[in-house]
Formats: sequence, structure tokens, C-alpha cells
Amino acid sequence: MSAHENAQEGYDFAHPLPLPLLAGTFLVLTLLTVLTVAQASFNFGSLDVLIVMVIATIKAVLVGAIFMHLAWDKPFNIICFIGSFVFVGLFIMATLFDSRQTAKDSIPVTDDAVVSAPAEL
Amino acid sequence: MATTDAGLASDAHEQPGHGHSDHGHGDHDHPSYLAHHFDTPEQQFDSGKLGMWLFLVTEVLFFSGMFCAYAIFRSWRPEVFEGCSQFLNTKLGAINTGVLLFSSFTMAWGVRCAQKEQHKLLTVMLATTLSCATVFLGVKAIEYSHKWHLGLLPAGLFSYDPSNPHPVGGPNYLAYICAPFVLITIGVAIWLVVSFLRGAKFQLECAKPLMVVCLCFFVGVGLGTILESGGDAGHHEDDHAVVASADGVAAEHGEEHSHGEAEEHAEHEAPTAAAVVTLPAAGAMTDDSADLAVLERLASDSTNTGLQDELAARKAQSERSGGGILYDVSDDASATVASAPENVLRPSRAGVFFSIYYCMTGIHAIHILAGIGVMVWLLVRSIRMDFNRNYFGPVDYVGLYWHIVDMIWIYLFPLMYLIR
Repeated sequence: MSAHENAQEGYDFAHPLPLPLLAGTFLVLTLLTVLTVAQASFNFGSLDVLIVMVIATIKAVLVGAIFMHLAWDKPFNIICFIGSFVFVGLFIMATLFDSRQTAKDSIPVTDDAVVSAPAEL
Repeated sequence: MATTDAGLASDAHEQPGHGHSDHGHGDHDHPSYLAHHFDTPEQQFDSGKLGMWLFLVTEVLFFSGMFCAYAIFRSWRPEVFEGCSQFLNTKLGAINTGVLLFSSFTMAWGVRCAQKEQHKLLTVMLATTLSCATVFLGVKAIEYSHKWHLGLLPAGLFSYDPSNPHPVGGPNYLAYICAPFVLITIGVAIWLVVSFLRGAKFQLECAKPLMVVCLCFFVGVGLGTILESGGDAGHHEDDHAVVASADGVAAEHGEEHSHGEAEEHAEHEAPTAAAVVTLPAAGAMTDDSADLAVLERLASDSTNTGLQDELAARKAQSERSGGGILYDVSDDASATVASAPENVLRPSRAGVFFSIYYCMTGIHAIHILAGIGVMVWLLVRSIRMDFNRNYFGPVDYVGLYWHIVDMIWIYLFPLMYLIR
């Protein structure tokens, strides 16, 4: 932004990203998607959700940092955005603790018939 | 905001500004795209960008409410989520993830084009992004209509019946979903023809990419149909096979087992069990045990997991028809749905999963629609060549919005489609 020294101030501030970087990011994202789908056919027990969320978070960070230009953005914008996720984390954790403390399940159980799914759909 | 004399815009800061003199500005160095209350294009861009980021923060918080509902219900009833997730077509979800990622890529490329003043390429990139968005919606239309047809609906409306998974009749949901898109496509086609006949060049330039975008919705529908029917053909076959052979297995394993189980638990769940026991005995309907014996012999080879799964499916089916569906009697841990039959498809519980599913994916789809709306606006402005190296804010802001829609899908896809 301020790298264009001989330009008039406040002009020519654009920072176009190199095309190979964008294409590379897209490739990595696609590979990670393939990885997520592939790992679903293995059984990692309770680690499942963790693995899936870690992969999704890596993808989200790539999209945020490169596609959304956050890696070169103003710190205040970064703080705002990351801050929202901090609050989302607090919100979900607090609600989960609360729901575990108070009630197991409040879905009304009607005496509807139990049916099970076909083995494959 | 910006005025429309875009052709001059990139070097406009060398000319006197337009239309601002009555504001008493010193209008030198005030280009047409620069709103009069900003000193420099950079200041204008940064202000807009901060506003956009704050909006995205509200979006994240907005979606977090739904993710929270998801987390609570999943922590209460993981088996319901596991069971119901089997109804979501992973292939369609994965294709849609790829399409969205690609559209994010073209959007980011579009921002680069706007910054580098590659007007033609920017139009192409925006049109590509829009086309991906409509492909996404087309695939989604197939997914939704298929589930509605099966009765996989939100709580209260959930009416899926595994013994009759393909009810005949009922409205043609796909036609209803497609109807608005058909109307819009016809409208754009008429617009294209009229602008061509009248020689309205600019309108023709706008209508051409929009026509492609509209048609891409039907490409998405076609793609979804192929993938869904690919899975479905197997499913149909499976259904028939299961029904046809329910008898044999039931005679051998199912019947004593399942009746025993049902009676054993009758005291716990008296009304349901009683209702179940009155069903006709399994095997009363068909007789087809010869090929079943062959199957069983083949499946006794431990490497033949496909056949073992099929046998497990047949057992589950025979238990259902034999009345033993209340409790799982198989010890096959890989039969994920059967391993938790108690609550999985109780309509009041499965409905909750589908409520969350429709809520999250539906609101995500509404965001896609909104994105399409603003991108059409960008497309028109890009054809008008409004953007330049000092004024690319709108493209960048819409890009940010589009990326966050993509980011939400990145989380939605594994959380909904890939639960085991």
C-alpha cells in the first residue's frame, strides 16, 4: 500500500495478489476437501469431529488469509474478524455447559413409531 | 457514491471533478468515483472495507446461533445425527463444496482483475462466479426436492416411512423449485433477443453473460439428477432385493431373535411393541431363500465386506418386517444406522435433525441468492467499466461476502454430510 512511493498519496494502494498464489490456494483447498471426504470412510472414534473441524479450520484460515486478503489487511480488521470467532466459541461453549447441567433432552417424545433407516441411501 | 463516467475514471484524478463544485470543494484531484466526503480513494476504500468486515462479523454471529443449536442437539443425541446424516448425499455435498471453492477462486481472481483494470477478464470472472452460484443452487434443488419427496422434512412434518420410501403421488417439488428460475431464464432470453433486435449494445453485453448464468442453474439440476439417480438406482435395487429376501434371513436368524427381543422389551415400551407384534410374520410375503444361501456363503469370506453389509441390511429389513425393530440385535458395528435404532428415526427426533439441516443449508442458500443479486449488479458495472485501480472497493467487498459464504459451507459440509 505505502510501497508506491512516487504515487500520489492515497492513490494506487491496490495490492493485487499473484495469480499462482490464488490458484495454489484453490488447489490446496480442493485437496483438503478430498481429504475430508476420504477420512470419513475411516473410523477414528471420538476423534472424528476433531479431525473434521481441524481440516475445516485449516481451509477457513486459507480462505481468510489469502482469498479474503486478511494476511495483508489492516490489523483492526483482523482483530474484528478473529474476535467474532472468539465470541462464537464462548457462546457455544457456555451454552453447551449450560445445556448439560440443566436438561438432557427436551424434545417432546410422542409415541410415534420407531423406524430405522435403510442400510444405504 | 461513484458516478458513471467510468471510461475516464482511471485517470480522472488528473481532471477536475464532476458535479461537486456546488459543494464548495476544491475539486481538483477529486475524481468522479470518489465520494465528496472522502479525501483519497484509499480512505474511501478503507472505510468501506471496515464497514464490510463489521457486517461479516454480524454474519458470523448470526450463523453461530444455528451452529450452537446444532452443537446442543448433537451432544444430546449423537446417534440421531449419525443416523439421519446417512440420508444426505455425500457426493452432492462434495460437488457443491468444489463448486463453491472454485467460485471463491474466480471471485478472488476477479478482485485482482478489478485492481489491474482488466475489464473484460473481470466480467468473465464475475460471470463464472455467478454460474458456479447457480450450479450450486441447481444441485441444492435436487437435494431438497428428493428429500421432500421421501418425507424427510423438519420436525412436525417429518413423514418418512422406510417400508414405503418412495411414495407415489405428491407434488412435483422439483418443478416448484425450478419454476422461478425458468421464469427468470425466459425473461433473460426475451431481454437478450429484444436487445439484439433493437441493437442495444450495452444491454446485449449484459444479457449474454446473464443468459449463461441462468442456464447454469439447469446444468446444476442435471448434474444433481445424474449423481442422485446414480445413488438411487442402487438404492432401488437394494430395496427390492431386501424386500424379496426378507423371509429367508428372518427364518434363520431374525424371527426368534426379533420376536424374543420385542417381547422382552414389551414391558418397557408396551404400546409400540404391542403394535409391532401384530404385524405379519416375516417371510410371509415372499420366498426367495435360494439366492440368499449363496449370498451368505459368499459373505462368510471376511474380505467380502460388501456382501456382509448387504446381509446386514437384509437382516435389518427382516427384523423390521418381523417386528423386531425396537432394539438392535446385530453385533455388526459397521451397520451404523441399525446400531442405534431406538431414537434415530423417531419422527420427533429425526425431524429435529432435518429442522437444523434445512435451517442451516436454507439460510446459506438464501445468502447465495443475495450474493447472486449483488454480483449481477457488479457484472453490469463491470461491463460499464466502472472499476479501476483506485476504485475496486465494491468488487472487493462482495468478494469478502462471497468468501464468508464459502467459509460457512466449509464447516457445514463435514458437520452435516460426513457424520459417521
